Amino acid sequence: MIPFKFSIAKNPSEALGLIHPHAAFLAGGTNILDLMKEHVAQPTEIIDLGRLPLNTIKPTATGISLGALAKNTETANHQLIRKDYPMLSKAILAGASAQIRNMASNGGNLLQRTRCSYFYEINMPCNKRVPGSGCAAMKGFNRMHAIFGWSDQCVAVYPSDMAIALSALNANVTVMQQNGGERSIPFIDFHLLPKDHPEKDNSLKHGELITSIELPKNNFAGHSAYIKVRDRHSYAFALVSVAAGFELQGSTIKTAHIAMGGVAHKPWRALKAEAFLKDKAATLANFTKAANLEMSAAKPLAHNKFKIEMGKQTLIHAFEVALKG
Amino acid sequence: MKQNTSPLSPEEKKLFGDLMPEELNEVLRSGLQRRHFLKLMGLASAGLLVSHMVGAEQLFARSVEFDEIPDLIPAAIENGINVSFKVNSNNKKVLIDSRMTLLDTLRERIGLTGSKKGCDHGQCGACTVIVDGNRVLSCLTLAASCEGKSIITIEGLAKDNELNPMQQAFLKHDGFQCGFCTPGQICSAVALMKEAREGQASFVTSNIREQAGAVMLSDEEIAERMSGNICRCGAYPNIVAAIKEAQTGKNIEQNWLFAG
Ligand SMILES: Cc1cc2nc3c(=O)[nH]c(=O)nc-3n(C[C@H](O)[C@H](O)[C@H](O)COP(=O)(O)OP(=O)(O)OC[C@H]3O[C@@H](n4cnc5c(N)ncnc54)[C@H](O)[C@@H]3O)c2cc1C
Ligand code: SF4
Ligand code: FES
Ligand code: FES
Repeated sequence: MIPFKFSIAKNPSEALGLIHPHAAFLAGGTNILDLMKEHVAQPTEIIDLGRLPLNTIKPTATGISLGALAKNTETANHQLIRKDYPMLSKAILAGASAQIRNMASNGGNLLQRTRCSYFYEINMPCNKRVPGSGCAAMKGFNRMHAIFGWSDQCVAVYPSDMAIALSALNANVTVMQQNGGERSIPFIDFHLLPKDHPEKDNSLKHGELITSIELPKNNFAGHSAYIKVRDRHSYAFALVSVAAGFELQGSTIKTAHIAMGGVAHKPWRALKAEAFLKDKAATLANFTKAANLEMSAAKPLAHNKFKIEMGKQTLIHAFEVALKG
Repeated sequence: MKQNTSPLSPEEKKLFGDLMPEELNEVLRSGLQRRHFLKLMGLASAGLLVSHMVGAEQLFARSVEFDEIPDLIPAAIENGINVSFKVNSNNKKVLIDSRMTLLDTLRERIGLTGSKKGCDHGQCGACTVIVDGNRVLSCLTLAASCEGKSIITIEGLAKDNELNPMQQAFLKHDGFQCGFCTPGQICSAVALMKEAREGQASFVTSNIREQAGAVMLSDEEIAERMSGNICRCGAYPNIVAAIKEAQTGKNIEQNWLFAG
């Protein structure tokens, strides 16, 4: 780590007053500190958000509001989340370990950076870390990398489990700006595809502060699932994951909400499968067609062709689990 | 270094007499010191200690702490911070470099070397400590962010000469081999008991939508909830047995037997 000044912000406006181009916010620290140890992140000042009064989870007129500084553990175990957004509880609990979830904040979770090993290794070319330096993964070992939406600049995947459920749940991210203004970003626009600027993971501007994540009400709590496939049983990042929720009328699917993790630079909303399943019977035959349709657009790299079949099977399995409820 | 000068019990005397006869007089004369303890742990990992443990478990409860660590020189640090927190119920005030993790602060500034540095990247759990009641990774915690908090380390689990039930269960079930992951495993397991009492869910909890009361943990639940603590020696079956015994209070059969 390079030397840095340590400051504590007691409220959001103090945090926004302290932030500058070379400073970084610290929430749980589980990602930023790791990156600082590897010299991937080199802030000259750390602004500790740990004491901001943004750690509550509360019902609102339109759904529920998750404080940006509320811990992942607390969020996953909150009575209302378990009951009305079980897909989110499951997704959070599928990530990392109990210790890390006790530290990790909801805002920090959204902003965690890719686990591409070339991004972490500062002696390798990486357009995300050093724009214009090249992408070592493109011709390197890319088993963990993307099959959807990558560009010739970057093939990394976004690692959060929580965010996959938030995507299927149509969450909104509330952000406070340095001029005191506020804006709300629909989840589907929050994270970005790499295109020509893989250094940008998301549409947050440096110096903006996430204050909360807003979840609208939904009608699929009883028919939802979060399925994660990984190299070991627990405490590993996803190879492929699926969040799925169905609104059913009898045995007909009124609407399907489906997002995939481990396959793209952002939570991959499976819009093709969603459109196919709308107003269809909830049968294995339709599940299989929807999964095939979604995965038919995949473009694998040298080492990750397996993710196409794995993606199909994980989608179908998630649909079956969601149907059973 | 602080010596632990409380007199040895008859069982402890026998243990030293049998296993470390050449050190016995020194221990009797000048108290238990860190190097005696380390040698004893070496014998433990060779499996020699098990048969001698009955009645002498409290040896493990004794905290051996350095108290002569020189302070950092304020002028020599670029970003010095004075931070005060409680460690194992004692108030501590230390001057640190802003870059110091809680793990390095505990080990290098406070002399509590029980918490281990396995990976320093959040991937192994060897550095697990309990902060304000919750298990966290001290290698990914900046000490500067701990102002006013209360930290429990492996050294703070025993009450006087009485081991924490989780420590006793780990000893009984041989929940370790080399012992490197053990302080983290035990701190993690102690906090897990609180999580289970509160009815916290895990990824393998089947009825997530129901509000669970206190949960009795199955082997599968224990494995999932302890997955943040890696054991390279693979002592997992014994760790699970120990946690089960500590949670249920019931005698769980050991996975190992003496040969013969
Ligand atoms: C070994 C290991 C395994 C893991 N496995 C998984 C896994 O399987 N699945 C998974 O999903 N995650 C996993 N994680 C990642 C973990 O979930 C994230 O590190 C965590 O959620 C980040 O949250 P934090 O509060 O600690 O963020 P920090 O590290 O504190 O911050 C992350 C970033 O967000 C910024 N930031 C934080 N809060 C705000 C805010 N309110 N406004 C603006 N900016 C902010 C910080 O400046 C920083 O850039 C793993 C992590 C480790 C170390
Ligand atoms: S895939 Fe992206 S993050 Fe990985 S090396 Fe290429 S540019 Fe860097
Ligand atoms: S040393 Fe902290 S998790 Fe490995
Ligand atoms: S006992 Fe050796 S690593 Fe666990």
